[in-house]
Amino acid sequence: MMRGLFVFAALLVAVFGKVTFEGHKVLRIVPKDEVQLSLIKDLEEMMEFELDFWRGVTTVSNPVDVRVPFHVLKSVKDYLETQNIDYSAMIEDLQMILDKEQKEMAAARVPQAKNTDSFDFANYHTLEEIYSFQDMLVAENPNFVSKIVIGQSYEGRPLNVLKFSTGGTNRPAIWIDTGIHSREWVTQASGLWFAKKIVTDYGTDPALTAILSQMDIFLEIATNPDGYAFTHSSNRMWRKTRKPNPGSSCVGVDPNRNWDAGFGEPGASSSPCSETYRGPSAHSESEVKSIVDFVKSHGNIKAFISIHSYSQMLISYIFFGLCQNDLTSLYGTKYTYGSIIDTIYQASGNTIDWTYEQGIKYSYTFELRDEGRYGFLLPASQIIPNAQETWLALMSIMDHTSKNPY
Amino acid sequence: MMRLVVVLAVLMGVSGIPDVTISPPTASADTSAHPNSIPETADESEQIKARTEEGAEEDVMATGELNPNHYPARRAAQVVQHYLNTRYGSPFRLIGVQTVHSGNAEDVADSGRKYQLELSVNDIITNTTQTCSAELFFPKGKGQQPPEVKASLEELLKIDIKAQEEALYQKYKTNQTLMSAQYLPDSHGHIEPDMKPFWHLGILASSFIMLNESTENTLYNVAQVANITQLTTEEDHLEFDCHTLLHEVVSQEIIHWKMLFTWSPAEGVKVVQMKRLPHRHEREKSPKTN
Repeated sequence: MMRGLFVFAALLVAVFGKVTFEGHKVLRIVPKDEVQLSLIKDLEEMMEFELDFWRGVTTVSNPVDVRVPFHVLKSVKDYLETQNIDYSAMIEDLQMILDKEQKEMAAARVPQAKNTDSFDFANYHTLEEIYSFQDMLVAENPNFVSKIVIGQSYEGRPLNVLKFSTGGTNRPAIWIDTGIHSREWVTQASGLWFAKKIVTDYGTDPALTAILSQMDIFLEIATNPDGYAFTHSSNRMWRKTRKPNPGSSCVGVDPNRNWDAGFGEPGASSSPCSETYRGPSAHSESEVKSIVDFVKSHGNIKAFISIHSYSQMLISYIFFGLCQNDLTSLYGTKYTYGSIIDTIYQASGNTIDWTYEQGIKYSYTFELRDEGRYGFLLPASQIIPNAQETWLALMSIMDHTSKNPY
Repeated sequence: MMRLVVVLAVLMGVSGIPDVTISPPTASADTSAHPNSIPETADESEQIKARTEEGAEEDVMATGELNPNHYPARRAAQVVQHYLNTRYGSPFRLIGVQTVHSGNAEDVADSGRKYQLELSVNDIITNTTQTCSAELFFPKGKGQQPPEVKASLEELLKIDIKAQEEALYQKYKTNQTLMSAQYLPDSHGHIEPDMKPFWHLGILASSFIMLNESTENTLYNVAQVANITQLTTEEDHLEFDCHTLLHEVVSQEIIHWKMLFTWSPAEGVKVVQMKRLPHRHEREKSPKTN
């Protein structure tokens, strides 16, 4: 199984990095004693061999697996043989295996949903699937849902916002965003569910129908698409944007520290290598600037909800219209309510600090499930229950906002 | 710039160098609990100072009665969770904090800060809850000194897990091939049912590290067990090499640790060796997909 994973990793390097592993062997070396252990450790140090240790040196009689490039194979074998170190070829030709796996993967690819009714909301989706969902939803509801591209990500991906509107001109509106931190996968997954929920309940649920007769809803599902793509291709734990930082080997800015509200104050890092790097300047990230420009030019956003995970918290300055029980009532999931500095930590340059300062009274940050047991890797089976309980809170906020215009 | 933190401990080989055991300070002599342990550190361990800038503002610490919903109580409770797992955890018993009922914090001269907490803790596997009183002490001063915790469990220990532990132990003691698992959970939060005990073992071993590394300015969770591999051993325990990703909530950093640890029903978890891996910093040449 271990081997399978490393082969898969090599496959991705080969596919994305256009590298070939022809003739590369993976050797299994078993050190018999401390002396041999030490000699193999020395081998690790010999950078010129470009060895890639899949299973590193641990203790005597435990195997060491190493990928040996073709051009150094003889030298490595000679070294092992002169020292009388046992080895065997675990993989004779890595490239052959990679080619085989690539064929198998192509065959196994799951067919995409043809419409939003057959879309699997109880699973996590790729960025392409999210974009495809958005287009399908618009196509299925042309008089109700439209797609606005508010800008482009650093890597040139569209920043899509779905607009749900029953008419009017520049009606007061509610904004919801998910996925600003790319590793918080339950949020983008919930965003997809919310989108479908809105079109399903419009016309059937009196409360939502009433809200939509007065207000528009804007929903940005993949708010950090570059980061999201990266969590699929390379690093599941990626949080920030993917913009390189000049003079640093570290990439990305924390989009939730990049807003022009308390920018530069304690509560964010000035180091590009930090997960909470604020960026070179406020709104330096296009992912953030696009929302700023949209909100300012729209001028009539009345509630702003930014969705994150995990911690199970509702963060705001004031909790108008929100009943403590809303999130708990459905499944008994406990949420904590409070200001960010009380509940989690100090953070500057946050989204809702900026939106609040813009005069958007009902500004909230949601932190969805769970409390840390699974954390970012929330089982897909929890997507829908989480979305359902969150929806109750969103409905409360939207209901209150529409009944209390300002 | 993240500093490389390497915590090297006494190396355990098959030759059987006796392990140095440091038991966490305990309130009661609870003889039913096995002494989960970590070895003495050979080198000085240096805590990641990712939050030096932010730390300044948080120096004004909450004192007196604590709001149970606010972060000071929450962070202290998490430390208790890690302590309880190092002391009582098993592949079949994993402790989580459920609710903080009340808390109190005070300065202790110039030596540190003391907390008292009343909480409810939960055996995650059986979903059984009990109340728990805990006392913590966060020492002040140079270098990372681990917090001291006094807390005990009685109710949850009454749940009998001996049979399950023995079965797991026997199965992997007599296995023909050594087990190895990666990415527990995987990207989608999935874990194969028969791999769950190894996910739990990875969390338990990590709990020693999380306990060691905790301060009033941190909140640790295990983000993922990237790799857990069984090693051969002649001793009366199972031995594992393990790579876990810790999530530190306050800095939002993902910190990689490698561990060598052993487990048996009789001995519990013993961490033999632990090492913090350097910050990945865009070493994206080997993509990590799961």
